Amino acid sequence: MSTMAVEDVAVAPVDEGFWTRTRKVGAVLLGLGLLAAVLFGALATGEQARFTLSEDSAGAALKINGTFGAILFGIITTAAGAAMLAGLPKRWFTLVLGVGLVAFVLSFLCWQVSAAPAGQNFMPLVNILRGTFILALPLIFGALAGVLCERSGVVNVAIEGQLLMGAFSGALFGSITGNVWVGLVAAAIGGAFISLLLAVFAIRYLVDQVVMGIVLNLLAVGVTGFLYERLMQTDAEKYNSAPRFSSWEIPLLSDIPVLGPALFSGNLFLYLGLLLVLVIHIALFRTRWGLRTRSVGEHPTAADTLGVKVLRLRYRNVLLAGVVAGIGGASYTLALYSFTKNMIGGKGFIALAALIFGRWSPTGALLAALFFGFADQLATYLGAINSVIPSQFLAMLPYLATILAVAGLVGRVRAPAADGKPYIKG
Amino acid sequence: MTNPNPPSGSPDKEPATEPQAARTALGNTERAESATTPRRPAPDQKPSLGRLFLDNLWAANTFTVTLLSLVLAMIVGAVLMIVSDPEVLATYSYITARPADAFSASWTLVSEAYGNLFKGAVFDPDAVGFTAALSPISETLTYTAPLVFTGLSVALAFRGGLFNIGAQGQATMGVILAALAGFLIPLPAGLHLLVAVLAGALGGAIWGFIPGILKARTGAHEVINTIMLNYIAVYFLTWLIVQNGVQDPNRTDAISRPVDPSAQLPRLLGDNLRVHAGIILAVLATWAVAWLLNRSTLGFELRAVGANPDAARTAGISVTRTYVLVMVFAGVLAGLGGSNMVLGSTASALTPLVVAQIGFDGILVALLGRVKPWGVALAALLFGALQAGGNRMQSYSGISLELVTVLQALIVIFIAAPALVKAIFQLRAARAARLQTSLAKGW
Repeated sequence: MSTMAVEDVAVAPVDEGFWTRTRKVGAVLLGLGLLAAVLFGALATGEQARFTLSEDSAGAALKINGTFGAILFGIITTAAGAAMLAGLPKRWFTLVLGVGLVAFVLSFLCWQVSAAPAGQNFMPLVNILRGTFILALPLIFGALAGVLCERSGVVNVAIEGQLLMGAFSGALFGSITGNVWVGLVAAAIGGAFISLLLAVFAIRYLVDQVVMGIVLNLLAVGVTGFLYERLMQTDAEKYNSAPRFSSWEIPLLSDIPVLGPALFSGNLFLYLGLLLVLVIHIALFRTRWGLRTRSVGEHPTAADTLGVKVLRLRYRNVLLAGVVAGIGGASYTLALYSFTKNMIGGKGFIALAALIFGRWSPTGALLAALFFGFADQLATYLGAINSVIPSQFLAMLPYLATILAVAGLVGRVRAPAADGKPYIKG
Repeated sequence: MTNPNPPSGSPDKEPATEPQAARTALGNTERAESATTPRRPAPDQKPSLGRLFLDNLWAANTFTVTLLSLVLAMIVGAVLMIVSDPEVLATYSYITARPADAFSASWTLVSEAYGNLFKGAVFDPDAVGFTAALSPISETLTYTAPLVFTGLSVALAFRGGLFNIGAQGQATMGVILAALAGFLIPLPAGLHLLVAVLAGALGGAIWGFIPGILKARTGAHEVINTIMLNYIAVYFLTWLIVQNGVQDPNRTDAISRPVDPSAQLPRLLGDNLRVHAGIILAVLATWAVAWLLNRSTLGFELRAVGANPDAARTAGISVTRTYVLVMVFAGVLAGLGGSNMVLGSTASALTPLVVAQIGFDGILVALLGRVKPWGVALAALLFGALQAGGNRMQSYSGISLELVTVLQALIVIFIAAPALVKAIFQLRAARAARLQTSLAKGW
């Protein structure tokens, strides 16, 4: 009911006139390009900005003069914006927008790298790429969990709690048994446990799903924090020293320059995450299960009429989402760090943002997660070269981007129609 | 059920039918109630007050459900304590041989922990002297004050049909502006406090206005936007703290200069007790929100929009304007809660964690208070008590403060699903037990 009202208030079909969406975006892009060309160009130094194809300053590199690069890429962005303003055919929109934004980022990087302290005028692309994937990994799992839930009509704000519970139970049972696979299964069960609570209360007891998600996040923080202090802090050796998955190099593929070391010598979770994106994408749009899931998320009454067991499918998908998110949580504790209190630290909410930014689709979520991961990694890099840009502002980027996306400035974002509405058979 | 009489006659005459009637009521409460009504006995046969009280006590009314939720939450909490204590757990390994060991060890652990929770929150029988005796209450009220504000913020938005998850961010902006006004603007004592408090309200108002206007203009869902704004506020705070002029010049870590004494809320019971004027402001705010909701035109419009935006629009109420106003008011309240955190006695300088969890706790408080102003105030009191008692439980029994978070979350889970509590305790049906959260559906 209220959702309908929202749409009434909101996106009434406007008479677009001259200022179509393409033109508006073009104007913004034009402004950004001019800003980049003038400001970044002025601030950049004449130093060579080197983008090395390795983990350090050594080896082959793409080189460009800082000032020249900043201005050049700024002009490219300006040109992209101008093309949109001039009235670009719709099918070119995404491509030109992409080129414009990438050029803007490159202009920014030329300025930053050239203005870095002497001897640090390089950006190791392998590191950046690998870091991007590592940081994006929990977001990918989390956003996929969101896709599974919300495509079947259950709002999942509890991603944070699912990730945290997965990380915790992975660490705990991995440590107790000393077996990394047991840890992985335990993590999946841990995530599914939070999901089970969400499913039972949202589907059986019709509790508001957003409310339930928020409360479950607090519950997960409380339970894991409590048990962490009682068990892991008192006896870290026994309870918080889980074995870790080691890196697996994929033969041949890992020899590809830049991409190889970044993408094809990761651990299980990296491969699993990317594989899951593919599997869920195909399953959602090419299988019977996917069709039913989407129908349950868009119009459960119609689906029920056709014989789809709405509630059962929702239960199953929500639990599956918990399993995925739980494994995502384990990508922390069974690969990188030992468990600490509240270690997910808001990643679940960025995953939610990635889900929305990626418009509730697995591939969209992947791209959004990578973008957010890149922003995160860039913040680390800029911190290391003493940039004038505060890392906090880069950290805000995912959240700002999501607000802009939801407000319709980057395109229409529409949730599944029955998302968040409990289904009462009647 | 307002009339708990058995179908035929008073309980004094036919006591044998009592359990039977109760069973019917359990089996199908709605029907039993309607079947009862026509055969209501004559008014002169009213049962005694005590009888009514007892009957109502076991009906699923708001109070009983809340109380039983608390009991259930504490039971789960006790289980958590037991399974996480290796020594107590060891006694369970030979429970078939000597069950008394396991039970007494568990009982000692749990009763001591909850005993300390009570002593830290309400009254410590061993306390000697005025200050020591009042200390638990003072602590409870200190933690209550900010929760009242954030709880009211969430509740007010709920009544207007919006789910304000952004109380945390609004409180963060409130704490920032309140603190800045507190140490950057030199002013005389009384005025300085006023300016600082209002600055906090302004900060919250700005952070509430953004999702409000976005909702009204573009239809962007306020849940998403407020979540995002929460994080933006936190990053802004962590950035601001280490800037020149804000950071404490004598410190290298992330802490700001302290708020001037002239801008701090006065303490109510002397310098040794932490309770401060914030609790008075909180009561005033509760009264103001109750008045706003129930007595003012804006409150009526707000409730109308919350109940049914389409009908409200048809009736000539501007839904978009109401959405913006609701979020601004909610922001003001949360911002006031934030200023409590830095102008009160819990902290006097900005740190990254200065706001604690008051925004998220405010959501729980609002739900527990059934989104009614005075209910929110009582719920905040309960949460404040849990917080204060939790501190003592942590230092005396070594039970982590996180247990309080678990208890709080569980209480709200249970009251959010009264059907579950009803089923567990076999309560009879009654009005007013259903939590009104069916307001913010979907994105």
